[in-house]
Amino acid sequence: MSQKVLLNAVEVNIILNRLACQLIENHEDFIDTVLIGIQPRGTFLAERLKKLLVEEYNIEAVKLGYLDITFYRDDFRRNEKILEANTTQIDFVVENKKVVFIDDVLYTGRSINAALTAIQSFGRPLEIELLCLIDRRFRRHLPIQPNYRGRQVDAINEEKVKVSWVENDGEDSVFVVNT
Amino acid sequence: MSELSVNHLLGIKYITKEDIDLIFKTADHFKEVINRPIKKVPSLRDITIANLFFENSTRTKLSFELAEKRLSADVINFSAAASSVKKGETLIDTVNNILSMKVDMVVMRHPNPGAGIFLSKHIDACIINAGDGAHEHPTQALLDSFSIRERLGEVAGKKVVIVGDILHSRVALSNIYALKLLGATVKVCGPKTLIPKHIESLGVEVELDIRKALQWCDVANMLRVQNERMDISYFPSTREYTQQYGVNKDILQSLDKEIVIMHPGPINRGVEITSDVADSGQAIILDQVQNGVAIRMAVIYLLASKIKQ
Repeated sequence: MSQKVLLNAVEVNIILNRLACQLIENHEDFIDTVLIGIQPRGTFLAERLKKLLVEEYNIEAVKLGYLDITFYRDDFRRNEKILEANTTQIDFVVENKKVVFIDDVLYTGRSINAALTAIQSFGRPLEIELLCLIDRRFRRHLPIQPNYRGRQVDAINEEKVKVSWVENDGEDSVFVVNT
Repeated sequence: MSELSVNHLLGIKYITKEDIDLIFKTADHFKEVINRPIKKVPSLRDITIANLFFENSTRTKLSFELAEKRLSADVINFSAAASSVKKGETLIDTVNNILSMKVDMVVMRHPNPGAGIFLSKHIDACIINAGDGAHEHPTQALLDSFSIRERLGEVAGKKVVIVGDILHSRVALSNIYALKLLGATVKVCGPKTLIPKHIESLGVEVELDIRKALQWCDVANMLRVQNERMDISYFPSTREYTQQYGVNKDILQSLDKEIVIMHPGPINRGVEITSDVADSGQAIILDQVQNGVAIRMAVIYLLASKIKQ
């Protein structure tokens, strides 16, 4: 198994700042916008972006929730591994809000497809956008594209893109792992 | 550790502590789901479940059906009173006929102890025991322990007394197994005639004095006197039972602590507990009912995930 660094901590930080600025361009004061981190790995990116928006760009009203999509996945009973759920925490109303889904890697698009169904349990959003740190091209199973992307990657199927966060893994970085 | 050790839920006796922990963890998520504006998830959209009730039930049947529908399963209902069972059809024939309609899972209540176990040896579908005679009622025990965990933080180390008709109660037996697995200390309390001989071999103590039992415990699980299962008279009169083993506000106020009151339903108000106790803040009877749906969703979800395509 070999791995190569795609993004180091400095590059991740630059990208996060750019993504935060792009969000501000479209959502200004975030009064009608809510951020939704997709469990499990999208939550780190979502928390980081919220922190940046609040601390660096002085936007106070950033609402952040976490959405678990386990019970909405289309591969229930089709995997060897049993799907284990994570916590959903959405303490605000989604009805008529602009929702931004946040996930670390966009690959087949099936997680986002499940998230699009799951979020409807909390109301009817005005619109839904997608932000991802890594966009793996050429392997989409569904017509789903991000509105905001950190970096586009052309990795082959045998390769895995691994995103590490200081809070969870000790450092900010993105690797391509050859399995 | 992310799948159950069993393919059927026939009784608490056949599962492990790890299984219960997994069911509780999954039920936590489903409890959040059933408090959403839209309380339904699509996980089991390609699963069909048959609810076979060979014995009367209100709560359990509704709870299972709701859990199944919240998971988007297709549901068919069967009750023995309005079926060919009355015409002499055997259990295996009845169930096989239903299964030939491509049913994946069977939830069964039956008056005979061991009916679920018997069936699991003869058919392929996944079976959930919703009560078999005076034997086991595993989902009730799971929701009871889940409700204790919710109210008191954990089950381990807690003192639980089960009061009433222990002899005829599947709830008592399943509860004893579940509470012991989870590390609680259990006593049973009731008229000597309604306490099975050798019950101590399950690791529980017998206390005949209700006041002592309540003073000792953190949680009292009050059972109904099951007149329909009694072929002989086990106590002189209902009035005397109530005087000896009924719980009222006066007894609870005479204790030097506030205990949690549970009841699996249906309640005979004024017999095993008075209305003011059943409706008080100490009683978690309606929490038990709500948790029943979440627990059953978890059990069905986890067992369904083991059904191969």
